[in-house]
Amino acid sequence: MPAALVAVAFLVLPLVGLGQRAPWSDLGDVLRAPEVGDALRLSLLTSTFSTLLCLVLGVPLAWLLARSPFPGRSLVRALVTLPMVLPPVVGGAALLYTLGRRSPIGSWLEDTFDVRLAFSTPGVVLAQSFVALPFLVITVQGALEAGDRGLEEAATTLGAGRWTVLRRVTLPRIAPSVAAGAVLAWARALGEFGATITFNGSFQGRTQTMPLAVYQALNRDPGAAVVLSLLLVAVSLVVLVALRGRWTTQL
Amino acid sequence: MGKNRLLLILLAILLLLVGAACGDDDGDDASGDETTTTAADDSTEATEATESTEATEPATEGVEGTVTVFAAASLTDVFEELGTAFEEANPDATVEFSFGPSSGLVTQITEGAPTDVIATAATSNMEDLVEADALDGEPTDFATNSLELAVPTGNPGEVDGLDDLANEDLVVGLCNEEVPCGRFAREALEAAGVTPSIDTNEEDVRALLTKVEVGEVDVGVVYRTDVLAAGDAVEGIEIPDDQNVVATYPIATVGEAANAEGAMAFIELVLSEEGQVALADAGFEPAS
Repeated sequence: MPAALVAVAFLVLPLVGLGQRAPWSDLGDVLRAPEVGDALRLSLLTSTFSTLLCLVLGVPLAWLLARSPFPGRSLVRALVTLPMVLPPVVGGAALLYTLGRRSPIGSWLEDTFDVRLAFSTPGVVLAQSFVALPFLVITVQGALEAGDRGLEEAATTLGAGRWTVLRRVTLPRIAPSVAAGAVLAWARALGEFGATITFNGSFQGRTQTMPLAVYQALNRDPGAAVVLSLLLVAVSLVVLVALRGRWTTQL
Repeated sequence: MGKNRLLLILLAILLLLVGAACGDDDGDDASGDETTTTAADDSTEATEATESTEATEPATEGVEGTVTVFAAASLTDVFEELGTAFEEANPDATVEFSFGPSSGLVTQITEGAPTDVIATAATSNMEDLVEADALDGEPTDFATNSLELAVPTGNPGEVDGLDDLANEDLVVGLCNEEVPCGRFAREALEAAGVTPSIDTNEEDVRALLTKVEVGEVDVGVVYRTDVLAAGDAVEGIEIPDDQNVVATYPIATVGEAANAEGAMAFIELVLSEEGQVALADAGFEPAS
């Protein structure tokens, strides 16, 4: 029991420390600073796009992993989960050498379409999606595996086509898990730092998301860094509360 | 279960508010200082204990223990070289380095990071430490440096001067504004009347240099010494004197140094002929 209390203190005290250092009287000024607004806007924009990208790519992948046995499935499972445990800065370096300007793909994109991913807002979305996607895949895959297949089989027996079964039976049943996975992916994208700064550098309004702004502010204006951090804490708490009924109880 | 979680979250919010209400700087600073000093003492003692067996051989300087040196990123190669020389001259001592942006190192020291020596790439950052009363004695200037443009080998962006930094088609990198190389670069650009089209502001000069080396950034404003240190990986383009900025590097012993004797010996080495020759080889100019 004492160990549990220590654990709670260990996790909660740093937040108290942040609160203690916050320049509460200058709060308004810091929040109105242009770089804070830019960082917040960019973070909300990129993490939302990342979540959409994760949904588009992640739900079919989760389906494949949960429902279609194919050779090497467990290997694929392990590989797509890797970004969850991989240090994000390694992910950023990997993206840089795969999609960077001197990589075959990156130089082809730049020469053919005049598209440059590195150091751009779409590059931020890619970096965030790289680290966030496994969270969505794992959540949705878990729901698909846990779900009772009986209802789907019954629908098929009653003459429903595969598309109808998917649309009318399966998707409504996994919808809460898809939502939970999306919220998790969104939160992970919002907090992304290592892959983003490695792949995209940092520029206000274009690639400098909230975590990057916090990091930079720490060396210039620690008070502002604390305010930005508290803003992220608040957003994270809202996410946790929103997930309360879903994710936290399931685990 | 869900109810408990919610309770914990509420507790966290409550604690945050309580912390904010009773937050006072004095108490916090004092406790922070205390812990870091203890940690530094412990590590020094541990090193001394492990190395005491070898102490039979008389060391010339008699310096022992770990000397921790915080230094500007642009000093990386030359200080590592001097660190090896220091360890050879003082077999009972080890030198540990932390290289990074001068502004970040200064923040770490004011937050109580345990270190013995600080060397920055600008006198202004050192002034912050003087004002915070965080140094032991006065800082000494030991070298100067100047800016140079770094481009990837082959100069794919066909850069030939500061003017090209306004080209929106190039990927242009500078250091962060609060890092000396970033501040100096902006001064130089202003002197040249160029409004740069910046694509990234990097954390320190070596982070920027790396992005030039791998060809991601077409042109970056770094120090002359960084272009030399990168060897064949980058090409340098000189900035004329009337647009260039001179960076002066000061070094000092940190007030809470756990190994003040070691700190002084390291600073002596940097200021000695041996140290100045190593700095000159790396492309630094002597401090006036």
